[in-house]
Amino acid sequence: MSYLILQPEPETKARQLPGDLAVWIFIFAELAVFGIMFIGFAVARSLDPATFHAGREVLHPWTGLLNTFALITASYLVATAVHELRHGRSGAQWRLWLAVAVSCIYTAGKLYEYVHLYSLGYNLGTDTFFMFYFFLTFFHFMHVILGQVILIVLAVKVGNGDYDGSDMNGMESGASYWHMVDLVWLVLFPMIYVLA
Amino acid sequence: MKYESQRVAMPYFIFALVLFAGQIVFGLVMGLQYVVGDFLFPEIPFNVARMVHTNLLIVWLLFGFMGATYYLVPEEAQTELYSPLLAWILFWVFAVAGTLTILGYLFVDYATLADVTMNKLLPTMGREFLEQPTITKIGIALVVVGFLFNIMMTALRGRKTVVNIVLVTGLIGLAVLWLFSFYNPSNLTTDKYFWWFVVHLWVEGVWELIMGAILAYVLIKITGVDREVIEKWLYVIIAMALITGIIGTGHHFFWIGPPEYWLWLGSVFSALEPLPFFMMVLFAFTMINRRKRNHPNKVAALWAMGTAVMAFLGAGVWGFLHTLAPVNYYTHGSQITAAHGHMAFYGAYVMIVLTIISYAMPIMRGRPYGNSNTAQIVEMWGFWLMTISMVFITLFLTGAGILQIWLQRIPESGEALSFMATQDNIALFYWMRLVSGCFFMAGLVVYFGSFLIKGQASPADEARGPAMQDA
Repeated sequence: MSYLILQPEPETKARQLPGDLAVWIFIFAELAVFGIMFIGFAVARSLDPATFHAGREVLHPWTGLLNTFALITASYLVATAVHELRHGRSGAQWRLWLAVAVSCIYTAGKLYEYVHLYSLGYNLGTDTFFMFYFFLTFFHFMHVILGQVILIVLAVKVGNGDYDGSDMNGMESGASYWHMVDLVWLVLFPMIYVLA
Repeated sequence: MKYESQRVAMPYFIFALVLFAGQIVFGLVMGLQYVVGDFLFPEIPFNVARMVHTNLLIVWLLFGFMGATYYLVPEEAQTELYSPLLAWILFWVFAVAGTLTILGYLFVDYATLADVTMNKLLPTMGREFLEQPTITKIGIALVVVGFLFNIMMTALRGRKTVVNIVLVTGLIGLAVLWLFSFYNPSNLTTDKYFWWFVVHLWVEGVWELIMGAILAYVLIKITGVDREVIEKWLYVIIAMALITGIIGTGHHFFWIGPPEYWLWLGSVFSALEPLPFFMMVLFAFTMINRRKRNHPNKVAALWAMGTAVMAFLGAGVWGFLHTLAPVNYYTHGSQITAAHGHMAFYGAYVMIVLTIISYAMPIMRGRPYGNSNTAQIVEMWGFWLMTISMVFITLFLTGAGILQIWLQRIPESGEALSFMATQDNIALFYWMRLVSGCFFMAGLVVYFGSFLIKGQASPADEARGPAMQDA
């Protein structure tokens, strides 16, 4: 038998999970999906490096790099928007709108790539590399679109005065989701455009 | 029962249970035919018994879902049902049409049935699980549309809760996907491709929404946990079910002709399909542990926990066993599939319907706190007998499947046993499965017996401390 001695509460406030636990469960599940696809990509690449090398040659690494900067910038704006709201300052709303605008560079870049590759005759069924390329990036693309919708909802809510900084749950949950989308791209970009 | 019109659920539940009994009888007939091939031949050939067994399952589950919906939607929306009369009319239409179809399977040979029902005008018959004559399929569509109209008119004029929204979304999905059963292209690959849009997207898509909503409703009622907490869980569970389940359809496209990329997509997404079921286990147990009341209907809590666990094992674990393409290459269409099918349907959908029946039926019979202690104990016996029997059915079929793959699939051609020679070698497993099936039937009889016991639980039972853990 063991005895528990209750410690007095520490002076500093315990670190809390930003956002809602439910959103974090959702984020972990999403990361699991992407994680398994990444492992699948690595296995398939080791089985057939020539196809993957040839596939990578056709891609547009500069568009990928531009997209990376766009997503990182948007994430920076979202993070600072959370900071603004938490401290009761007024800069949250325009940062969120700007984040949506900057992330549109990504969506435009990605659409350009799809149209270009498709016009050259590449599609989901071309080979294993393009199966992964199209599926992974499009699956991620759909997440970015959802993330943009969430950012727009947050911006509108901040604008309407629904969030006043006392309850950060909604804002932090949305921001956490956006950062997840960004994080996935930070793995996706080097994996597909550079390392393959 | 807060609203008088909820009572219309009663005939749906009763008829569902009658069909359930029929399904088990035909299951036993087939279980015997597996080992005594000419049993009841030519009166009830195996293919007819199988068709009756699977069609009864689908129809009684639909009756169960409809009963559950008629019971819980008015209470969630805090209003009477839009039209109890329509619910009664649709009940009789569906019951008569369903019964006639089953009798047609049994007493008319299938080709004649197709002729009589004018299948030629719009040919949809002859496909596994969708064997119903076209006219029955149209009937099902009309009944479901009328049912949805009634439910949506009720839900829209009352309180909008997450449970209702998720349930109605699932039911709309059920209705829309049913339309694919009318599309019957002559190319076998495209036929199978769209056939799965009904079969897979029902059981691994929209039905999970229905299951989640019913489970959430029962948990709100018996645990008293805040609706907000339960709703949040429900959202995460259904999001996961849809993310994994929709593209997870790909695990059926492995060897039937569609492009090769389905090997990857089907494997990856369906490998994650156990997640929402695992979350349902956490959901049910966490809510019951955090309960704010001790509802005297303990057996309903047992069913709620049971359905979560068995759905996870049957749909989640047994599904995962053979879902990866390199494994499925060997296991496809073997007894492993049968093992998975049995436990998944029982765990996820049979048990969720029995959960809501266990909660709602006593209330509709004028026992707001549940059946008497004796009746609950008898029902628990039914629960354990059926559930443990199903575990054994699954294990014996899994054993049969492993041996089948070993003898028939793995050896090089020329050395591999033929299908029928393999069946002779695995007959022992089929006998043991049949014995387990008889115990299942015994469990069902005990379960039915619990309905005959009089008396009810009293509100005082609630005050008697945390008794629910015993359940």
